[in-house]
Amino acid sequence: MTETRCKDQVILDLWHPLAALSEVPAGVVVGTILLEERLSLACDGTGKVAVWRSRRDLPVDGPVDISAVAGTLPVKLAYGYVWTSLGNPPADIFPIPEYAEADRRKLNAATFGVNVSAPRAIENFLDMGHFPYVHTDILGAEPHTEVKEYDVEISVDRDEILATRCRFFQPMASTTSDGGADVDYIYRVPHPYCSVLYKSSPMDETRLDVIAVFLQPVDQEHVRAHMLLCVLDEDNEDKVIKRFQQTIFGQDKPILENQFPKRLPLDPRAETPIRADKSAIAYRRWLSQKGVTYGVIPAAT
Amino acid sequence: MLDLAKSRWHPIAAAHDLPLRHVFHGQLLGREFAVWRADDGYVNIWENRCLHRGVRLSIGINDGRELKCQYHGWRYSNRTAGCTYIPAHPADAPARTITNRTFAAVERYGLVWSAEEPQGEVPEVSGFAEGKLLALRAIPVNAPADVVAAQLTGYRFQPSGNIDGSAAKVAVEASNAFSVALRSSEGDASTLAVLFVQPVDSNRSVIRGVLDSEVEGAARLAVLRHHNELLSRLRVAVEAEAAREPAPAPLEPIIERVSPELAEMPEETTHGRKATIRVQVTRKWSAADGIAGFELRPLKGLLPTFQPGAHIDVHLPNGLIRQYSITNGPGESDSYVIGVKLERDSKGGSTCLHETVREGDVLAISEPRNNFPLRRDAIQTLFIAGGIGITPLLAMAQALNNQSLGHELHYFAQNQAQLAFPEKTKTLGASLKPHLGLSPDQTGAKLREILSGYGPDKHVYLCGPGPMLEAARAIAAEMGWPETAVHFEYFKNTNVIDDSTSFEVALARSCMTLTVPAGKTILEVMRDAGIDMPSSCEQGACGTCLATVIEGEPDHQDVYLNDAERKSGTKIMTCVSRAKSARLVLDL
Repeated sequence: MTETRCKDQVILDLWHPLAALSEVPAGVVVGTILLEERLSLACDGTGKVAVWRSRRDLPVDGPVDISAVAGTLPVKLAYGYVWTSLGNPPADIFPIPEYAEADRRKLNAATFGVNVSAPRAIENFLDMGHFPYVHTDILGAEPHTEVKEYDVEISVDRDEILATRCRFFQPMASTTSDGGADVDYIYRVPHPYCSVLYKSSPMDETRLDVIAVFLQPVDQEHVRAHMLLCVLDEDNEDKVIKRFQQTIFGQDKPILENQFPKRLPLDPRAETPIRADKSAIAYRRWLSQKGVTYGVIPAAT
Repeated sequence: MLDLAKSRWHPIAAAHDLPLRHVFHGQLLGREFAVWRADDGYVNIWENRCLHRGVRLSIGINDGRELKCQYHGWRYSNRTAGCTYIPAHPADAPARTITNRTFAAVERYGLVWSAEEPQGEVPEVSGFAEGKLLALRAIPVNAPADVVAAQLTGYRFQPSGNIDGSAAKVAVEASNAFSVALRSSEGDASTLAVLFVQPVDSNRSVIRGVLDSEVEGAARLAVLRHHNELLSRLRVAVEAEAAREPAPAPLEPIIERVSPELAEMPEETTHGRKATIRVQVTRKWSAADGIAGFELRPLKGLLPTFQPGAHIDVHLPNGLIRQYSITNGPGESDSYVIGVKLERDSKGGSTCLHETVREGDVLAISEPRNNFPLRRDAIQTLFIAGGIGITPLLAMAQALNNQSLGHELHYFAQNQAQLAFPEKTKTLGASLKPHLGLSPDQTGAKLREILSGYGPDKHVYLCGPGPMLEAARAIAAEMGWPETAVHFEYFKNTNVIDDSTSFEVALARSCMTLTVPAGKTILEVMRDAGIDMPSSCEQGACGTCLATVIEGEPDHQDVYLNDAERKSGTKIMTCVSRAKSARLVLDL
């Protein structure tokens, strides 16, 4: 097998997202980078997709017949994205059962490049305390700054982190809200570089909107963040729903890019956690236990 | 050479890089700084990282008194860099030891100087008169500092008095690895230029030039432009030369780890009734009729970070220990200001401060403790002060005022002359509501009026004489205020303490069982057994010696806990309260 730049076998063996399928043109080579490797992908317009290590004879933007490409990498299509792996991936990608519900709107809200490690971006996604400061008057507003007690567990059978009973005051919880409310959240981290959140749906109080972030590690300090929306919203146009999420992410980006160091320090004494950071503390421990070294600064042993 | 550079002073900014409420991003030997000037003029040079999640503080907000991180709104105090507020947990006082790393800062020759491990003073430049100099525009250069300094010896320029000439003779008066002094002369005109080279990183430098004389008006612009053009040309040459050598690896500054106890966010640990800080009374004045103001400055170093609501123990020359609230607003960190009312029935504390202690005297004080923390997540905050009870509430009102958070300060006193600290209350504008000369009945009616209209996200803070606090708490309860929204601090515990019982105390974590006899407190018995327990007022008013009860029924005799906390039976003030059961198990 080809020598890889990333030496972290845990990360190499994962499925990683490369692009939203709906944004890949048929029969044309698309170039991207995963774990410092140049990759190419293409689809044939009938739902078949191929991913391979970039080659001179198949230049980016050039035509390609994917049935004729030899030496391809493993491919999965899940949640509207193309996934691949540079190692020996598991049979399945983590489940998001709500994705199968017929009445949900499913969109790639955006794919954003961010100059930060994937674990820093995951921590930001899990964090509620920054809402009033970074997403002012949208996801939070001063003086409603309290992060109330919530529960975190690391589920051993599912090998994922679950944070429940999370609540935060939001002045405008989504495109369909017209006022402030305490919003309920559930956060899952089922993959070192992916997280899924569930939040109160303003349309149907018995159900939850699903928003996921799937991070494509370009290298240890750069990611492409793919954001999946799987929401209950019959009224708004795609672009309105997308713009809301893009605004949110656009506010996080400059903060993430000003975190130092860019890789996530796993030494408990590198930074100062508070009770509100319970889920981040669990996430850092989980990464340490898995032996993840890519995108992190491992704790000295 | 760069190792030696750590102990030297280097310019890291020009004084004019720190305008009002700005945060400047500086760098020295690979280490980034957040540099900001507080409204009181103090220049802060800090590690450019919030201790919480590593976000650069150079993108933070300088509110003139504190620096606020953009990510989670953590606030850090002017001077000490201690964290004063964590908005995610509004009911908690942050552990005082959450303090960012600070670096030395000196303003000299129109430049701001710093060093990682400074030795000696900022270099003396002969021929430089402070305040009559001209700092040139900084020129960044992608080259090592010594290469830049070597090239600067060949820098040729016109004296400021003959900028259009072309025949200046330039002599090198001094040079070393980080600076070059050059004198340019033509005819009668002569200018001394000192060019300092700031080693930003192993391969990056900034040339910070200073001329020996000010130039005014249009000529000033011409002089600045002259040097800007010539130094920019020099930069091109130096960079070309440096590019011939392989670039040295960037420096990797060592970021200090936070203390082990902070890594897990434990309970605050401060011990004993110790007075570790020596302060001098630098000012004593009449803050109001019957109230003396004291300004206390540290004999050396900086005072610890305080939060609004915090108090200090003052150890008096006559051996008494008294508690006084810090009245300072946020960022006022060069001294503590306290107010002391002369008590008619003084047991010697207030009399000693009023009559014996003078300006220039040295006193021992404890670190500030905050058992009366201020939430800042309320829509509306009411402060109700009676007399000298103004002191903690004054600090709180100034903090909310600084953040433009809604509040009212109701200040009850006999007359105008008894309103303390007018220079501080004046800054609060219309939020200050004095209520003067009211009888007890009238006070009750006024409290009723103030406390009507409870709503969610409203909080009230009370401090004043016992009877007034009792009345205000009863009225608040009657008006529908939940206990969680009513915060209070008594001056003293006027309950008659019954210490006639005897019982057993088991300390769960220390695996120790002690017997508390009649006439001794739990605190005293624990101290005798070598258990170091923080305390302050030792009369059940301040909240410092609070312990968690795991088992047994406490006999509450304090005035710190509210009724809900008393009923829960899970907290006890160990300095006065006792046990109704034969045995108490404490989480100590």
